[in-house]
Amino acid sequence: MDKFTTLHGIAAPLPLINVDTDMIIPKQFLKTIKREGLGVNLFDEMRYDDDGREKPDFVLNRPAYRDAEILIAGENFGCGSSREHAPWAIKDFGIRCIVAPSYADIFFNNCFKNGILPVVLPPEQVDRLMDEAGKGSNARLTVDLENQEITTPSGEKIPFDVDPFRKHCLIEGLDDIGLTLERASAIESFEAEAAQSRPWV
Amino acid sequence: MAGKTLYDKIWDAHLVHEDADGTSLLYIDRHLVHEVTSPQAFEGLRMAGRTVRKPGNTIAVPDHNVPTWEDRAKGIEDEQSRIQVEALDTNARDFGIHYYPVSDVRQGIVHIIGPEQGWTLPGMTVVCGDSHTATHGAFGALAHGIGTSEVEHVLATQTLIQSKSRNMKVEVTGTLPEHVTAKDIVLNIIARTGTAGGTGYVIEYCGEAIRALSMEGRMTICNMAIEGGARAGLIAPDQTTFDYVEGRPHAPKGAQWEAALNWWRTLYSDDDAHWDKVVTLKAEEIEPTVTWGTSPEDALPISASVPDPDDFQGGKRDAAKRALDYMGLTPGTRLADIEIDTVFLGSCTNGRIEDLRAAAAILKGKRIKEGLRAMVVPGSGLVRAQAEEEGLADIFRAAGFEWRMAGCSMCLGMNPDQLAPGERCAATSNRNFEGRQGRGGRTHLMSPAMAAAAAVTGRLTDVRALSEPAPEPA
Repeated sequence: MDKFTTLHGIAAPLPLINVDTDMIIPKQFLKTIKREGLGVNLFDEMRYDDDGREKPDFVLNRPAYRDAEILIAGENFGCGSSREHAPWAIKDFGIRCIVAPSYADIFFNNCFKNGILPVVLPPEQVDRLMDEAGKGSNARLTVDLENQEITTPSGEKIPFDVDPFRKHCLIEGLDDIGLTLERASAIESFEAEAAQSRPWV
Repeated sequence: MAGKTLYDKIWDAHLVHEDADGTSLLYIDRHLVHEVTSPQAFEGLRMAGRTVRKPGNTIAVPDHNVPTWEDRAKGIEDEQSRIQVEALDTNARDFGIHYYPVSDVRQGIVHIIGPEQGWTLPGMTVVCGDSHTATHGAFGALAHGIGTSEVEHVLATQTLIQSKSRNMKVEVTGTLPEHVTAKDIVLNIIARTGTAGGTGYVIEYCGEAIRALSMEGRMTICNMAIEGGARAGLIAPDQTTFDYVEGRPHAPKGAQWEAALNWWRTLYSDDDAHWDKVVTLKAEEIEPTVTWGTSPEDALPISASVPDPDDFQGGKRDAAKRALDYMGLTPGTRLADIEIDTVFLGSCTNGRIEDLRAAAAILKGKRIKEGLRAMVVPGSGLVRAQAEEEGLADIFRAAGFEWRMAGCSMCLGMNPDQLAPGERCAATSNRNFEGRQGRGGRTHLMSPAMAAAAAVTGRLTDVRALSEPAPEPA
């Protein structure tokens, strides 16, 4: 997995609540058997018209935000499906950090598995960052995972919380499966015991 | 010390390891797999030279992409869909996992065939790369959706890295009025708690109205736990559960059945268990319910009208405006005046035999409104066979419905069954998101009986007004 340490980049404002996984990546793009290449269809139905032309007013189509690496969004971001194609599309576009008041559980989890940092902040702080992001490409944010803080263009520092284990995995770019396989003997003992206590499983 | 909830008990029984910070390794009993969220996981295994740790506990079926027309044996036209299904064929064979190919009569929606085949049992942990895995919670199994990275993790290790969720109790007291169903209950719960109300929680549904539900109804409730934000929903197993499970192909038999029953009977929340959140609904107050917007929380009784966005606060006001614009609706319009183009009966929410019976009971001897498109898609090949045996298929056909093969169908529009832009659909599925059933498609969620009523009149309809009045007692 790609490491995440510090990110200095353009933040795109998306002031919508309940942005669901069908909005992030519509189902017709879930037919791939690869993880790559989904960025072009990120937010497809908001981003393109029926003829496939870019809608000029959608945030990621505006010149200032075409290279955005941070997304500022409303509450309950990523609700709906478990499709990991949603974080794959976000990452493939180039976004490595999302800031929102809240996320859907499965999406939140999927971000960490793909080197994306989903930051949770109180609504009023998200609103402030939304305003900063509105200033366009001159308003770059710095997201420092090690020190758990976001720095605005004016130098204001906003601290955030993150689960220590997930932080560790992001900073080191650790592979979950490799970590778990280090516990193979604990899994074997569990299975041996379960074979006795719940033999029907 | 406080007692334990059902969730606590299942969690404890599956804990392999816990770190000081609460990060836990949880053992997974059943892993269900479908074609959309698994190819990258199998590819990851191959690249790392890993195998499936418990192929015998891993069950795969294609459902999202498969066409549901009757002559589908000819194959899948869409190249990408075909490649995805063929990838599952290959992966299932190469890794030696249980497989129900499209040609097998037992094929169907993964969340329907798991319980049907007895793979899903009380007290288990069940995962699948699909958010509606919560369905299996109806059996008192801890079941939730996972992403593809986690699919690979479970394939390789039979465990998941988890942090424990909080406990939420949703109690539905009393008795449901006639023609009010499990779907109406769960839409009302989500309308009350919001689509994020359950985030971070595992919900246990309880109370008299839940206990009175069949397993099919309980699965409908748990299926939509995720639409309320909860990864998992649970219902404590009881005699209804045991009666459903007994005798199914992969259910325990003989002495093992007795041993299993002994443990299953201990799976309930203790009276003194701690709840982080409690929500109570009265069954008597629930009416047949439909959604008007583009989030499952946008649910109202059929007797209500389309709301005004200005009735909402904050971000929800903008969301409601956007939803009404997308749905092509005007505030103040009576829900019962909304005309529809299409009816979709099926999905992992409402594609089981009881759902088909409920719809057929309304449709018997009636025709769908002229010009309407209506399809019924059984959740599995076995549900389809049973419905044919019971004469339900004849009722649907006579009413003007298309009688389809099993699959996810129009619930998510990954296969040929899709809405056209602007097409308005009465659907028994679980999501009314923008574009969910096809780009520009407009979805109103409801129960099978309500969808059948809408099919007859061509508009959203109170099923109570359509069904025959009860005969006067002699």
